[in-house]
Amino acid sequence: MKIMTKLNQEILQKFPIFDAWNPTEPTMFQVMDHNGEIVNSEYANTITDQEAVAVYEWMLKIRIADEKCVNMQRQGRMGTYPSVLGQEACQIGAVYNQQKSDWLVPTFRESGMIWYKGIPLEKVMLYWIGNEKGSEYAEDINVLPVAITVGGHLPHATGIGWAERLKNGNNITVCSFSDGATSEGDFHSALNFAAVFNAKTVFFCQNNHYAISTHRDMQTKSKTIAEKAFAYGMPGVQVDGNDIFALIAVMKEANQLARDHNIPTLVEAVTYRIGDHTTSDNSKLYREDGEVEDWKPKDPLIRLRAYLFKKGLITDTQEQEMKDKAKEYVEATVKTALETKDPNIDDMFKYLLSESYPALEEQRLQLIEEFTNNQ
Amino acid sequence: MRELKIVDALNEALHQGMEQNDKIIVLGEDVGKEGGVFRVTTGLQKKFGVERSVDTPLSEGGIIGSAIGLSINGFFPVCEIQFDGFIWPGFDHIINHVCRFRTRTRGRLTTPMVIRVPFGGGIHALEHHSESMEAVFSHIPGINVVIPSDPFSAKGLLLGALESKDPTIFLEPKKIYRAIKQEVPEEYYTIPLNKARIEREGSQVTIISYGAMLRETKKALAEFIKTNPIDFELIDLVSLSPIDYDTVIASAKKTGRILIVNEEPRTAGLAAEIAAVIQEKCLFDLQAPVIRVTGFDTIMPLLKNEDYYIPGIKRITKGLNQVLA
Ligand SMILES: Cc1ncc(C[n+]2csc(CCOP(=O)(O)OP(=O)(O)O)c2C)c(N)n1
Ligand SMILES: [Mg+2]
Repeated sequence: MKIMTKLNQEILQKFPIFDAWNPTEPTMFQVMDHNGEIVNSEYANTITDQEAVAVYEWMLKIRIADEKCVNMQRQGRMGTYPSVLGQEACQIGAVYNQQKSDWLVPTFRESGMIWYKGIPLEKVMLYWIGNEKGSEYAEDINVLPVAITVGGHLPHATGIGWAERLKNGNNITVCSFSDGATSEGDFHSALNFAAVFNAKTVFFCQNNHYAISTHRDMQTKSKTIAEKAFAYGMPGVQVDGNDIFALIAVMKEANQLARDHNIPTLVEAVTYRIGDHTTSDNSKLYREDGEVEDWKPKDPLIRLRAYLFKKGLITDTQEQEMKDKAKEYVEATVKTALETKDPNIDDMFKYLLSESYPALEEQRLQLIEEFTNNQ
Repeated sequence: MRELKIVDALNEALHQGMEQNDKIIVLGEDVGKEGGVFRVTTGLQKKFGVERSVDTPLSEGGIIGSAIGLSINGFFPVCEIQFDGFIWPGFDHIINHVCRFRTRTRGRLTTPMVIRVPFGGGIHALEHHSESMEAVFSHIPGINVVIPSDPFSAKGLLLGALESKDPTIFLEPKKIYRAIKQEVPEEYYTIPLNKARIEREGSQVTIISYGAMLRETKKALAEFIKTNPIDFELIDLVSLSPIDYDTVIASAKKTGRILIVNEEPRTAGLAAEIAAVIQEKCLFDLQAPVIRVTGFDTIMPLLKNEDYYIPGIKRITKGLNQVLA
């Protein structure tokens, strides 16, 4: 876009999706429509047919695991859980093009994303069960812990992407959040710093239309979230967040802009939170059933499924096999998670500082005594 | 008289306060259409409209910061912070502005408002939903901090705060939002913000607590006196800033033994502050060291280990044994 005077136009020209996106006449980038028809043939082969089948299988896995988590909460076997129902394409698309050592800085509605990125499902479940062992990630995986405070993690992603440039490193950082987070002051600080310091960071906003009961339209007067990028002198794009092909195409460009050119970007993925905010929420209090029904046909799974069936890339039997396999895996994982012992009583003292100190040790011993003495 | 829970008592106070004073505006995340995640603001938007029960964008800095302007320019904002752990993006406005305008304008521009905060642990929620950081608020000069412990005090204190000329941080013990039912008068009444309440008079030991921990303390005492029939005095502190030292010191002088129970991290806490003042004012009346029963100087664990953090009957009983020894 010509209005971005400070941006290197020569570089941007090599990134046609970002280059073409116009904040004064915003359009949603799409490759595949709701019926699984390709509407943008230039990007039809962003991934191979085989890869598309694998992505579909992952979407099924995420949906099945997510449903299971909601049920576990209902049965009192898990704490409050935020469902990703309807956002499966974003969960995968945000990190699909990442290399293993790239960073992910997630918020809380990312159970599928962190699993896809490589955190075992068992860990994801343990965290929501309320067992600290769920926060023990392997050394070789660059994923920050679930961020519960909305917006607070955005500047952290800026810092990681900034450090990577300073180190002449090759890793990029994807920071995921949703529409509500764009109202926090930290959103401004994060994007501004990222642009000023040329951080290798991609800001990925899952605009799922709600922040609990607050509709996206009450969150900001801006027509799109993507256009906010331009105020920071960074490229932005709005993309159909239920269209996995479009997401992958956009993130490919975004990652390369960050990796090769130290140009951070803002990607707004338009999707919809089909479920309640969390298992503690009742969305009937604030939104019409009709609205949810209108979004259901735009589901990312329905659309990819239609595409795959039309192209004869998958059969009913194969699909059923995928589902059965996923269910079996999820059930086995639930079992392991539930059988995992709770952390020790004094676990809370273990990682506080690099070393303990006498007053803290005294408290730890008091706690141990409290729960081992039957006075 | 009909019985109410704390949530309903607070809701009734907001309804009555807003009827009485048309300058009161309730603002916060999800307070309008949904009535707040704890339903404390239920029905306000229907009754008073979208300009007086306002769903804001997701920004605590925006909520508290703009409440300052609303207050300076003639309104009385009631800010709802969704959970205690989310107040911090707005904390700059509390510590640098809300508490200072009166001083900085030599009394001309003031910022009366209420900042309501669901407070404390014990509901097995997610991270940042269960901390007990009252000492941080009490540490700030120029702002009142109160916490009710039952439905009756919830309604009266909130109406009191709505009449105050000063800003109030109004902590709501979320664990007992729905746990206690109590007779609450239908009519409008206020309770003074800066007074402790003697829940039970006694002569042998003083126990000071507040909020949800008061209930836990009562449970522990009920058990304890079965085998140790002591004549205890129980104080509901109510006002965490300013602290009602008249009541606290009189009791300390009378019993000579003081136990303070809360769920905050121990270091530099409110319990430490109270202990310090007691030893300054009546050291020679004491028959035992002032004992603190608190949480630990650690991060509040996830729900599986949460109960190891928050003082329960065992820890309180141990404190009782210590103070009576
Ligand atoms: C700083 C902060 N304020 C308030 C909350 C309470 N809260 C949790 S989720 C949420 C809404 C988040 O909306 P959005 O950012 O759109 O994420 P989504 O739930 O749609 O994934 C709120 C207000 C919080 N977690 N952190
Ligand atoms: Mg959202």
